Amino acid sequence: MTGATELGGLLLAVEHLTMRFGGLTAVHDLSFNAYSREITAIIGPNGAGKTTVFNCLTGFYKPSAGRLMMHVDGEALLLERMDGFRIARQAGIARTFQNIRLFAGMTVLENLIVAQHNLLMSASLFSIAGLFGLPRYRSAERAAVERACHWLDKVGLIERADWTAGTLPYGAQRRLEIARALCTGPALLCLDEPAAGLNPRESAELNELLLTIRGEEKIGILLIEHDMSVVMGISDRIIVLDYGRKIADGTPAEVRADPNVIKAYLGEEELGKVPETTAADLHIRR
Amino acid sequence: MAAASGLAVENSARATLDWTARLKDAVLAALVATLLALPLVGVQTYDIGGGALGIRTHFDWVAIAAAVVFAGRLALHRRQRLHRGGESGGETVFTRLAAWGNRRALPITLTGIAFAVALPFLPFSSRYLIDLGTTVLIYVMLGWGLNVVVGLAGLLDLGYVAFYAVGAYTFALLARDLGLTFWQGLPFSGLVAASFGVILGFPVLRLRGDYLAIVTLGFGEIIRIVLLNWSPVTGGPNGISDIPRPSFFGLPFARAAPEGVRTFHQFFGVEFSPAQRVTYIYFVILTLALVTNLFTLRLRRLPIGRAWEALREDEVACRALGINPTNVKLSAFGIGAMLGGFAGCFFATRQGFISPESFTFIESATILAIVVLGGMGSQMGVVLAAILLVSLPEFGRAFAEFRMLIFGAAMVAIMVWRPRGLLAHREPSLRLRAGRSATP
Repeated sequence: MTGATELGGLLLAVEHLTMRFGGLTAVHDLSFNAYSREITAIIGPNGAGKTTVFNCLTGFYKPSAGRLMMHVDGEALLLERMDGFRIARQAGIARTFQNIRLFAGMTVLENLIVAQHNLLMSASLFSIAGLFGLPRYRSAERAAVERACHWLDKVGLIERADWTAGTLPYGAQRRLEIARALCTGPALLCLDEPAAGLNPRESAELNELLLTIRGEEKIGILLIEHDMSVVMGISDRIIVLDYGRKIADGTPAEVRADPNVIKAYLGEEELGKVPETTAADLHIRR
Repeated sequence: MAAASGLAVENSARATLDWTARLKDAVLAALVATLLALPLVGVQTYDIGGGALGIRTHFDWVAIAAAVVFAGRLALHRRQRLHRGGESGGETVFTRLAAWGNRRALPITLTGIAFAVALPFLPFSSRYLIDLGTTVLIYVMLGWGLNVVVGLAGLLDLGYVAFYAVGAYTFALLARDLGLTFWQGLPFSGLVAASFGVILGFPVLRLRGDYLAIVTLGFGEIIRIVLLNWSPVTGGPNGISDIPRPSFFGLPFARAAPEGVRTFHQFFGVEFSPAQRVTYIYFVILTLALVTNLFTLRLRRLPIGRAWEALREDEVACRALGINPTNVKLSAFGIGAMLGGFAGCFFATRQGFISPESFTFIESATILAIVVLGGMGSQMGVVLAAILLVSLPEFGRAFAEFRMLIFGAAMVAIMVWRPRGLLAHREPSLRLRAGRSATP
């Protein structure tokens, strides 16, 4: 990709991150950077510790060791010292989940309005202005609905804004979850396997969407993905994990040619039998 | 033609098969019922004199129980065959009623309010009826208050009566020791109850579902037992009496007023009648209940209300979106408790006497049943369920012994036919396009 020419600033610096669960070390001494206006992908076989990294970043786990530094507006925030909800609020990290976590009983539009809770809450003066319908709150709500519509339009769900979220088809739920994360106005968008369960056409649409977001919103995207067509097609930088350790870090072309990566994905004995360029792609078809 | 008749034969064959299976199942159910009924109702002990016990048998009752279960099981099968579609079931009286209610929500609400306002002046109205209406409205208000906690925020609270009690005792103590009137005491009752809600909220922040229910149950009992044993302040089991009645803008309802005070009937120049006070009290609770309703409906459309519902749907997702679950939960507990406290304050002034006996677990259970039966989160459902649960036992005083049996049977029946409550329907808090359906 052309990422190298339009590099943004450093957004996230992960330094020596280690996460242990009892005797199991899920992530071992992992360091990597993510930049704004770049798509950074984390790949690796099942159980490599990808989602654990996400959970550390978004405050669901407290890392056993290491430093997670997020650069927002010239300020450096240490994520490992923050509560989960503050990470989303102050550090501007929004995430989606591997198993979709929508507010299934609420409508599509409501899902996106809830995502703007903090903004609306202060506009409603902790409900007092809202209770009496003061203009200050009304205009804030209108703006929130407009922002929601903007993203609904982008993910192609504007026609279904008043549907109950749980009744949407699977692919649409995935897109809605991304739209909801974007409604929080993040600096870094973390997507946990966004293409899981999508058909090839939906997967291609997702690529388009992610590229649009990177281009227009000037935010960084951190991606966990199994679908190699997504990863190889749109990533600016790929980090490969195996058994909790980083085994490769570089552009898609570099990673694809890396013997360590091929070994991790295909096993040692098959090395050399498979053309290196397609090694990573092959993984998903096995 | 031949194919059609073949199909008919096949259908009838299947129907016969179905019938035998159903009969078998019904017989089995009746058998279980017989086994259960034999020791429970079939045998009765009685005093034969001299302290000895004799045994009387009631096999006719057992037979009746078995027959009822047999018939009921058959009827249930018929229903299930008709509505194999899914949990929501097909067309029943209630689904049709709910759909109709959604379409005509505004006229129905207005008619309901108009009826409630007119009730004391209707020709068939009586003091008893107005009293009953007042009781129903207290439960409606409590139901709407608990709805915030259970229906919206999804936090199962089995000790809601604690806040009701706190509100009632707050006012009773303020009136006894500081001489506050009802209208002066009302905000304090709400405030104190809300603080108790937040106090309860803190230790249970990490709990959900069953665990939360058990802790709230314990909290409800703690409050009651403290009230029962803290005699110097609460009067213990004797309670607090002579709680002042509400006045109409400073005009008391009494036959004869103390020096320098004009009573309601003197001021308006009408004949004194005890019914005036009863009617006034009825309107006070009607106003309180309607204000509660407006308040909660409004909150639902605000960020705080949406956060409650989001918390009910998925707490993890809430946190990932930057919503502080602690604040959301505490606000739900606090506001729910405040509404309960207001209701408690009204209860104290209406009764004129309160004791811990009024705040037992069965009250919590009744309020929760109203919310669950009405349909979680449904305001109209709460009204319907409150009318059913409070007034049916009143009308059923003739068979007082069977009240709890009928009550229980009605609960089971509703949960079988309407597992999500009488009027389970969620109205979106905002729509992009007015008038469009929320579901495809």
